[in-house]
Amino acid sequence: MTLAGAGADPRRRLKVLASQEALLAIAVIGLAIAVGLYNPRFLAARNLSDVLLGNAYIAVAAVGMSMVIVSGNIDISVGALIGVLATISGTLAVNGAPILVAWLAALVAGVAVMALQGVIIAYLRIPAIVVTLGMLSILKGGLISVTGGKWITDLPDSFHLADIELFGMLPFPVVLMILVTILAALWMRYSASGRAIYAVGGNAEAARLCGISQPRTIVMVFALHGLFAGAAALLYATQLRVIQSTVPPNLELTIITASVVGGVSILGGVGTVVGSTLAAVLIAEIASALVFIDVSPYWIRAVQGALILVTVIADILRRRRMAGA
Amino acid sequence: MSAMSEIPLPQIAKRVMPWWLLRHETMLAVILLIALIGLGALNNRFLTLDNLLNQGRLTTEVGLIALPMTFIIITGGIDLSVGSIVGLCAILLGYSWKTFGFPLPLAICFSLSVGAAAGFVNGLVITKVKVPPLIMTIATLALYRGLAEGISQARSVRGYPEWFYFIGQENLFGVPAQLWLLLIAIVATAIVLDRTTFGRTLYAIGNNETAARFSGLPVDRVKLIVYTLSGLMAGLSACVLVSRVTTTRSDMGIGYELDVIAAVVLGGTSIFGGVGTIWGTVVGLAMIQLLKNGLALTGVKGDATIVVIGTVLILSTLVASSLQRRREGV
Repeated sequence: MTLAGAGADPRRRLKVLASQEALLAIAVIGLAIAVGLYNPRFLAARNLSDVLLGNAYIAVAAVGMSMVIVSGNIDISVGALIGVLATISGTLAVNGAPILVAWLAALVAGVAVMALQGVIIAYLRIPAIVVTLGMLSILKGGLISVTGGKWITDLPDSFHLADIELFGMLPFPVVLMILVTILAALWMRYSASGRAIYAVGGNAEAARLCGISQPRTIVMVFALHGLFAGAAALLYATQLRVIQSTVPPNLELTIITASVVGGVSILGGVGTVVGSTLAAVLIAEIASALVFIDVSPYWIRAVQGALILVTVIADILRRRRMAGA
Repeated sequence: MSAMSEIPLPQIAKRVMPWWLLRHETMLAVILLIALIGLGALNNRFLTLDNLLNQGRLTTEVGLIALPMTFIIITGGIDLSVGSIVGLCAILLGYSWKTFGFPLPLAICFSLSVGAAAGFVNGLVITKVKVPPLIMTIATLALYRGLAEGISQARSVRGYPEWFYFIGQENLFGVPAQLWLLLIAIVATAIVLDRTTFGRTLYAIGNNETAARFSGLPVDRVKLIVYTLSGLMAGLSACVLVSRVTTTRSDMGIGYELDVIAAVVLGGTSIFGGVGTIWGTVVGLAMIQLLKNGLALTGVKGDATIVVIGTVLILSTLVASSLQRRREGV
């Protein structure tokens, strides 16, 4: 009976998700037009590219976060990790390490920290919330006590990955955001290891019976998440001339919001990275729109919280209706 | 016989828990004692009555929230929004007094009821819509903090009347005033948890929610009450905090959820639900505050102490869960 239910489900889920992504795309365009009518300066190329360029790193990190949430876990340490990785990379660059080494260090350190958390979660079976909450405070406290919150300046010009324009016109952060999203989406949909994430998050027991190793899948997901966090840290570190050696406040919340609003079900097993990237763009757009319609930026976080709340409740109600039908 | 073998978990749990709990708390108390002596030997300002009472003063705000959090975690839930509720209540206390012109006692009641309402909303959505507590309270962590920031627009409120500072700064019978408040709350929650049907229901929910439901226990109502209580206590904590630091800012209570959860988990309450005591939480609170204070006195900066708390949180969960698994394996 459950098998028949599971067999009928994916097609339905697919339809629902397609509509979620279409809905997000419409929201992104609709909001741009609406705010543009109120204040045409919002649609200036400069503002739109600021919205995309300045926030591409959130979308890249949200790709990894989406995988983690689809696998039935959560990570609230990623914001702190991005701050740490940016500082590591910047410190190496300032101290004369080759630029490639500075870049690579962020990626390697990201994978190492996240894989360690994955091992603790998967093999020692400690809930992700406890492990990542603990890691959040370790990383945050560690970073401030090591650096004393000093800013890193005098970064070499070649370090600024986010400034690169491919073929002289395509900004690298946006290209990376789109590329990472497409590759991750294809991998998650068509490869065995990608499908395993859905299996583990959807029904761990069934996945085990199908011969999928749950611990191994979770460690893989967290390691990948660390890789994306490393890439996000590089974009974050290189879009300004300085690196503030502190943890960007509430970054993890923005990243989780992007995943959840993008249609990744918090109950695990459902969601796509295309949705989370669209949601990341939408959230950045909303933050910018508030400024252009003369709402105080102090309300941004309340809007973000309300957005998560509404999406989560809608997701649960929709699932319940699907289960009932 | 076969009926019994179908429900092995609660059977084992019943047999094992008291033994394990006793061990965990004795262990913790011994560690606390060693830490006290060790820190006292390292620094002669540590083991003075003045210092210890002052540490009690500082731990009250987190302590008031840790008590209902123990209830919540025993039911298998979690509340990450408590720090944001503290911020929201603090802002509303100052805002309603200064801008709406409420008399201060009314402003205090208003702020407390907003805290309770914030917790009630958490509980309502968790029980009615069945949103997992973790996600619900992550959402309201952002929402409540956002409301605090939006309402305050980064303006602080100060200049409260003199009597308001009593609870945060004065002594009553030689003991910090707010410590009496914490003491009353500890005794009350300990009695509720240990001696009332309500308290026992929390364990039943945490051990097996479905079984609790089928036994006719009012699971949803009990959960609603504990989340509301958590919000109310966060509001109370906000009032004590404002009274102690004499000003109101929207970033108050940031990171409280970490300290609170660390204290509860360190005190032996299982994050999986069904296990835990108020006594354990009190020892956990004392451990964390003394650790912070001891490290600060030996010259470690404030930011490094949160590294220690994070490590302690992960390690204590590791030890607790491996002990539990070993017992269940026997």
